[in-house]
Amino acid sequence: MAKLRGTGIAAVNYPTGMNLGGDPSQALIHATTTGTFVISLSSTDLGQGLKTVIAQIGAEALGVPFEKVLIDTADTDTGPHCMGTFASRATHRVGNAVIMAAKEARKVMLEVAAEELEASPDDLDTDGQGNIYVKGSPERKIDITSVALAAHFKYGRSISGRGMYIKPKSPVDPETGKMDPDSTEAHACMVAEVEVDTETGEVTVLSLKSAYEVGRQVNPALVREQIIGGAFMGMAHALYETTAPYYPSPDHAPGNFSEYILPGPHELPRIESVVLEYPSVNGPYGVKGVGEMTANAPIPAIINAVSNAIGVRLTEFPITPEKVLRALERSPKMKQLTQASA
Amino acid sequence: MSEVASAVASEVKETFHVVGKSVPRRDGIGHVTGKTVYVDDISFPGMLHLKMVRSPIHHGIIRNVDFSEAEKVPGFVRVLTHRDVPKNLYTILCLIGVGPDEEPVLAVDRVLYKGEPIAAIVAETEEAAMEAVSRVRLDLEELPAVFDVEEALKPDAPILKPWGTNYFIYEGHPCRRVRFGDVEKGFAQADYIIEEVYNTSPIEHAPTETTACVAKPEPDGRYTVYTNTQALFFTMDNTALILQVPFSKLHFVGGTVGGGFGGKVDVIVEPIATLAAMKTGRPVKFKYTREEEMRVSSTRSAWRMYFKDGVMKDGRIIARKVISYADSGAYNRHTPYVITKHAANVAGPYFIPNVYIDVYCVYTNRQPASAMRGFGVTPASFAVECQMDKIAETIGMDPWEIRFINAYRNGDMRPHQKVVEDATLIEVMKAAAELAGHPLPEHLLKMHSWDRERA
Repeated sequence: MAKLRGTGIAAVNYPTGMNLGGDPSQALIHATTTGTFVISLSSTDLGQGLKTVIAQIGAEALGVPFEKVLIDTADTDTGPHCMGTFASRATHRVGNAVIMAAKEARKVMLEVAAEELEASPDDLDTDGQGNIYVKGSPERKIDITSVALAAHFKYGRSISGRGMYIKPKSPVDPETGKMDPDSTEAHACMVAEVEVDTETGEVTVLSLKSAYEVGRQVNPALVREQIIGGAFMGMAHALYETTAPYYPSPDHAPGNFSEYILPGPHELPRIESVVLEYPSVNGPYGVKGVGEMTANAPIPAIINAVSNAIGVRLTEFPITPEKVLRALERSPKMKQLTQASA
Repeated sequence: MSEVASAVASEVKETFHVVGKSVPRRDGIGHVTGKTVYVDDISFPGMLHLKMVRSPIHHGIIRNVDFSEAEKVPGFVRVLTHRDVPKNLYTILCLIGVGPDEEPVLAVDRVLYKGEPIAAIVAETEEAAMEAVSRVRLDLEELPAVFDVEEALKPDAPILKPWGTNYFIYEGHPCRRVRFGDVEKGFAQADYIIEEVYNTSPIEHAPTETTACVAKPEPDGRYTVYTNTQALFFTMDNTALILQVPFSKLHFVGGTVGGGFGGKVDVIVEPIATLAAMKTGRPVKFKYTREEEMRVSSTRSAWRMYFKDGVMKDGRIIARKVISYADSGAYNRHTPYVITKHAANVAGPYFIPNVYIDVYCVYTNRQPASAMRGFGVTPASFAVECQMDKIAETIGMDPWEIRFINAYRNGDMRPHQKVVEDATLIEVMKAAAELAGHPLPEHLLKMHSWDRERA
């Protein structure tokens, strides 16, 4: 018995958005009487934090504090259309729609503030702390609650805006495959270190070290969560998961989590990453998208690492202990080990 | 244990108030303290439960279904068959302009996979619904089944589709094609021809929360549907099309999903639960069991990908031919669209002047595959990156160097004829090598994703 170590790498791209476009999302924004901004959507949050990042984008575009922005989403009677949360599209599409809506609402907000401050709207700016001030003389300012109250009860104006984003649907040429299948591309490179137990065939992932480039990060902590969660999911794909353990045979299909094996906290490797930011041209504030891609690079990185460890090229996933043991029978490294111990 | 550092490229630094800040997520406390309300937490007085009668065989003809014993179960309310469904076809592909739609909501006279729904039973409790389902007597004639993508394309394979083939037809072609340059000419010029076949298995989304909805009749004649779909309007519009009711009759509420990963865009539970609410006048819950989630709900498709590369001694890949087969299972769902995304990405993030790609969407007697995180790119990235290592090994080159040499740069043309404009593959490789403590030689460190653009 021996433990063989190996290193593997993988470099990947990932496209943002439904691949041929034609996937719109809308946002409506209005201010309440006291200057809370409600962003109405019908986008769903899958647990990745969409509601939080959309509130951040809305607050940034409006120029108001994050705490003053509420997300009212996922009720088809009140929220405008969203194609859905998939295809790494939500932050890109919904974020763009929110910026468009926020620009319209901000314009009214500044016009009302200009009346109150007896200034030109062009001379005003927001401080992000809840105030609107005259550029060059920051002491001439008004808080956003006062602006919203004045808009409602003095000027009869609705501080509101409509936003929509769509990448128009594009065709595929059936002969050549010419097509426009993305809005922007994010990238990642991962280095995996593994240890293979030659007696049991078990693979232990020691570390997953990666660099991601996902355009602007709206919320670095949530990007980090995606990278860690995706690394774990990719690792599960590489080593454990399948609904058909002897594919193509349909037999032995698992029906619960004691038969469908997933790694647990005990298997969590060291996960390290750096995130580079090269803003995209068409994403909100340069966003690309980190939704789906984080599960992709770990699969080939881990499999390349196992191939490197045992000296046999593996060409499928998941590589369960059974498959690793069968590969070890063909391994020149194992022959050397066996000869050395004999 | 885990640490992620951020390194912001200096040339893009701007001032923001809240973008770029790690503000705490607003729903996090609710999720980790168990206070978030999910669809399964929703209950109404008089709510009924729906369970499916499912095919126990992989392929067969339905001769007869006998509900007489099921109807005797205390708590049994009613049964729904294909005759009750106004438009008995899932319409998800027609709504994204792909089509044709070919999956019945409830089987009519044939079943194509083990677990295919044949009838829905609505009962006062979940237990009664399950008991009634177990007492339905199915008279089925078993037919030969096919489980392997290449077996399914052989002339003697049982034909599963009404149009007479076991593959999706892309504008007259049996596959989605990409043609760029002249691949045979590239192979003729290459110093090495490197071939391999890559395989993946079907994979379950494994969400914490299973697929579920509650459909509730309202006093004004409308129906409110609480659902964990990833796509609220898409699901509502499909439900209205299947039930042939005005779109304004439906009201969908959702927004909190206990794990999606692409597994909750198939519009599977909402139409039949809403139909049951219409027929009974009572709220109806339809929630997948864990077993249904694993054995019946869509999976990531299994893939088989044949790679043939022409490579020069200096490491340049000058030709790549890929023939991929995706196992769509018994029905389309989103797989025909997955294929197109695979076709656009299976040459990898590399500049290759001659590329030939055929991607087949193949039907087998397996639970349907559909959307899943990575949508055709996951198998592509796996195969491409394992193949890059194989090339490096074959020609005796470092795995980092082979990737740097071939990495696409801004200004390059991809095989689907889109010009690369936001490549950063070289930059992430440099950063990853540094993080992993792997020193790169000077000539690789000098490369940039924009060096060809500038030249």
